[in-house]
Amino acid sequence: MTREFLSGNDAFARGVALARPHVISAYPITPQTTVVEKLSEFVASGKLNSEFIHVESEHSALSAAMGASSVGARTFTATSSQGLLYMAECLTYAAGGRFPIVMMNANRSTALPWNIYGDQRDSLSLLDTGWIQAYAGSAQEALDLALMSFYIAEHKDVSTPFMANLDGFTLTHTYEVVDIPEQSTVDSFLPAYQTENKMDLDNPVNMGFSAGPDTNTEFKFKEHIGMLNAKRVIDECEDKFAKLFNRRYSGLVESYLCDDADYVIVTLGTIAGLVKDRVDALREKGQKVGLLRIRYVRPFPNEQIVQILKSVKAIGVLEKDISFGNEGTVYTNVNSALQKARLNIASSNYIAGLGGRNIEPKQIDEIFEDLKNEQSVVKFVGLGE
Amino acid sequence: MKVVLRDKKTFTLDEIPFAPCYKPGLVAVNSGWRNEKPVVDESKCNGCNLCYLYCPDGTIFKKGKSVGIDYDFCKGCGICKKICKQGAITMESEK
Repeated sequence: MTREFLSGNDAFARGVALARPHVISAYPITPQTTVVEKLSEFVASGKLNSEFIHVESEHSALSAAMGASSVGARTFTATSSQGLLYMAECLTYAAGGRFPIVMMNANRSTALPWNIYGDQRDSLSLLDTGWIQAYAGSAQEALDLALMSFYIAEHKDVSTPFMANLDGFTLTHTYEVVDIPEQSTVDSFLPAYQTENKMDLDNPVNMGFSAGPDTNTEFKFKEHIGMLNAKRVIDECEDKFAKLFNRRYSGLVESYLCDDADYVIVTLGTIAGLVKDRVDALREKGQKVGLLRIRYVRPFPNEQIVQILKSVKAIGVLEKDISFGNEGTVYTNVNSALQKARLNIASSNYIAGLGGRNIEPKQIDEIFEDLKNEQSVVKFVGLGE
Repeated sequence: MKVVLRDKKTFTLDEIPFAPCYKPGLVAVNSGWRNEKPVVDESKCNGCNLCYLYCPDGTIFKKGKSVGIDYDFCKGCGICKKICKQGAITMESEK
């Protein structure tokens, strides 16, 4: 194991290289660019024995990735924002085709107005495309997620594409000390990708066919089950990961000081780091506050959320997203989990960080203060300030 | 004009593969989409194969000096009839 000072993008690229994909197909876009730059350097220098396919667009990047995956290749792509939206047609193709492609998405705002900075509107607007969606909180987690993503996506009971999300700039371009595992340890962690879902001369099949009203529901049901199976496989994967790498993650969610908390902020991505910091500070002043970080938005951790929040007084869902005309999408999902469990908790929504706007420590304190009113409101944080 | 529906075939959940990847047979024939079918007059066909090149579904195949049509998948669009300079293809109504 070596220890290096890396950006989130560099760390993720190192993880991908250690997973040794057969094919990488990607088109550059800020703030994802340095991931594919790094990987193309590895390929050019001979450090990484992968086929790097240069394409003319994101639509083609994912199409080429599907072609590679359909012959049984371990496949990686990466994108961000408008690039992800341009891929949208192919996202449902890859998920419906059950191609376990891994994609890194650098979370970035969507136009118009044009903006290259981070929020999570790009990926959250595509929750229904059938991709597993994970949100990393640190550069180390980014590298580890790169390794685990292939394990989870390619598992025979899952066979579902995996979108690993890194907050644009806050994570993609921020440097941290990162432990880089040995190739031999990674090789013993990650089995070779084996599937029957491929073109094979010895076993010819019909691929990517149409399914009319008579069979379509059954295909979609199986796609849903594959995604639900990921919940179990994520736990299994993290157990194996912890044994080999001596680092442990907490599955679909991370709970921080929620056990006796009255007020909890629910969020995702790197902003959880700031919330954790404020939880520590407010705890020192005797306030019973906590943090629930959602690591996987698909499959959605309904059971875990209910288990952790069942005795709190109020929650605030803090998210860098707005579904215009309604509320933040994460808020909708969290409320659905609470409602199904008949948990009657005051639940508010705080829309923040749009287009990369900084979220201040004092704003987190204000949210915790606001939660004491135990109401259910939707607010834009720092509006007009 | 009468719409021709193909026979309904049902599958159990276990028979459906986890991905749209399967040995031939699961996919239903698409002939039910067709109201008219192209018919080749082999005596007029000069084997130029234009229809074979133009068929958007690849249902026309070379057969001796003429061509044949895979009626399981021909959707009856009539492009072959339109493109045939010999007038060797006519469209017949499905019953």
